[in-house]
Amino acid sequence: MSYLSLKNVSYSYANGYEAVQNMNLDFDLGESAAIIGQNGAGKTTAVKLMNRLLIPTEGEVFVNNLSTKKATTAEISKMIGYVFQNPDDQIFQDTIYKEIAYGLKNQKLESAVMKNKVEAAAEICGLKESLNEHPYNLPYSKRKFITIAAVLATDPNVIILDEPTAGQDRESIERLGKLISHLANQNKTVITITHDMEFVVREFKRVIVLANKQKRRDASPREIFWDKELLKLSDLKQPFICQLADTLGYKGILTIEELLERDKNETYYN
Amino acid sequence: MSIISLKNINYTYPLEEKQTIHSFSLDLEKGCVYGLTGANESGKTTICNIIRGFIPELYKGELTGEVMIKGKNINDYNIGDLATIIGYSFQNPFTQLSGVKDTVYEEIAYGMENIGVSRDKMIQKVNEILKMFQLEDLIDKNPFELSGGQKQRVAIASVVALDPEIIILDEPTSQLDPKSTEDIFEIIQLLKKQGKTILLVEHKVDLLAAYCDEILLISCGELVMQGPVKEILSDPKVVEYGGQLPQVALYFIKKAEANGSSASQVPLTVQEVYDHLNKDGEA
Repeated sequence: MSYLSLKNVSYSYANGYEAVQNMNLDFDLGESAAIIGQNGAGKTTAVKLMNRLLIPTEGEVFVNNLSTKKATTAEISKMIGYVFQNPDDQIFQDTIYKEIAYGLKNQKLESAVMKNKVEAAAEICGLKESLNEHPYNLPYSKRKFITIAAVLATDPNVIILDEPTAGQDRESIERLGKLISHLANQNKTVITITHDMEFVVREFKRVIVLANKQKRRDASPREIFWDKELLKLSDLKQPFICQLADTLGYKGILTIEELLERDKNETYYN
Repeated sequence: MSIISLKNINYTYPLEEKQTIHSFSLDLEKGCVYGLTGANESGKTTICNIIRGFIPELYKGELTGEVMIKGKNINDYNIGDLATIIGYSFQNPFTQLSGVKDTVYEEIAYGMENIGVSRDKMIQKVNEILKMFQLEDLIDKNPFELSGGQKQRVAIASVVALDPEIIILDEPTSQLDPKSTEDIFEIIQLLKKQGKTILLVEHKVDLLAAYCDEILLISCGELVMQGPVKEILSDPKVVEYGGQLPQVALYFIKKAEANGSSASQVPLTVQEVYDHLNKDGEA
């Protein structure tokens, strides 16, 4: 069985609202994916089922062969780290250092080891210079990186990022991209919810489309972004370059580079 | 007369040594949509706070220069009056929601309740806004039970409900899916038609290209570029200043580079390309 597996999972909130319906998903270690879909499609609920913040109403979620129905939150959270959509739901220490170190406290580490882990996580999130600052001295976009660093420090095998691209500028989005490839190189699985289709094209080989509580398709970015019927049904849009290529009469193009390459060939044959 | 005018603004936050805003002058005209963009921490939100009067009313620090709203110095307004002239939707929708109302319907009416709008008028306005923002299905929900994107739409709706002349939207689409993002931009277009002046802080330059009149690019607290969308968003200098160019513009700039030709006045949006092709009968 895959490292992380959702088997026929449904979830209804206490008020009866069903947010996820009969979902099947599998992730091997080192296999990253983007989850896209409309607001309210069930994306955040789906990932909260993965790290046992929620327990399926029907079906089961397995992490490393352990059902989240039987495991404790502590057991699951060692394997699966979740970065909340709103960083302020997650920040409660008075320095960035303490915030990043918080999850490590239970691991009874020597202080030098702990310091190393905190600094390594801060480094990759661009926070090394700010460790002694109060988290709320930094803007929203940077606070998001604090929460990412706090999760990375605990070294889980699966990292779930819930809309990390929201409100980020170009430089931060590039940093996120590097962070995701760095984690993939360490055989980690990164599952990212995002609305930034350009980011999906650049950073992921696998895209999962959710719509109306269900998984609609699980395929490569090229397959997803040229399945116009699927996009229409899921209220999604092609990335801008796909739209441009489509308008110019070229199908299957995903990036500016591919479009430029295509131009070259056209000129050649002309 | 400009509806908003900033003259030589300098600002330093309390306890900070470095100035956040330097020598910032700006005139905004009534009925236009302005896209304020630039890297994180370049001062975008700070400028919004200065225009809205939150600086120096709520945030102290050292502010010099002059802010004029509708030809009158901002210091001569009382903060309550200013609130009815300038609507402000915060960057983080989670902080915008009042937290004292149990339903989306009441949340949207809350601002109007505070300024004493009559019941009939309030109900009429709330219904109009619910329709405009496509929130009719959510009226009985608790605002805090909504998804991030739904919260963001409710937060913006509650600002627009007050019918302010000037609307500041600080990253209004950061939590939204592509479809809802375009819906917000359509609403901005509608508000422009109603004569509103809109200052929109946004990283999504591809959409700014389609919907704004002018772009304001800010870098390290200075206004480094300002002008019509077409002029600014086709200029590679934007990237040097930490901003971004639309994907379509980037493609045409790179294409021109590859052909060794100059890249002035490239198309910025897919729509522009489509219109151009159809005009020439090449499509």
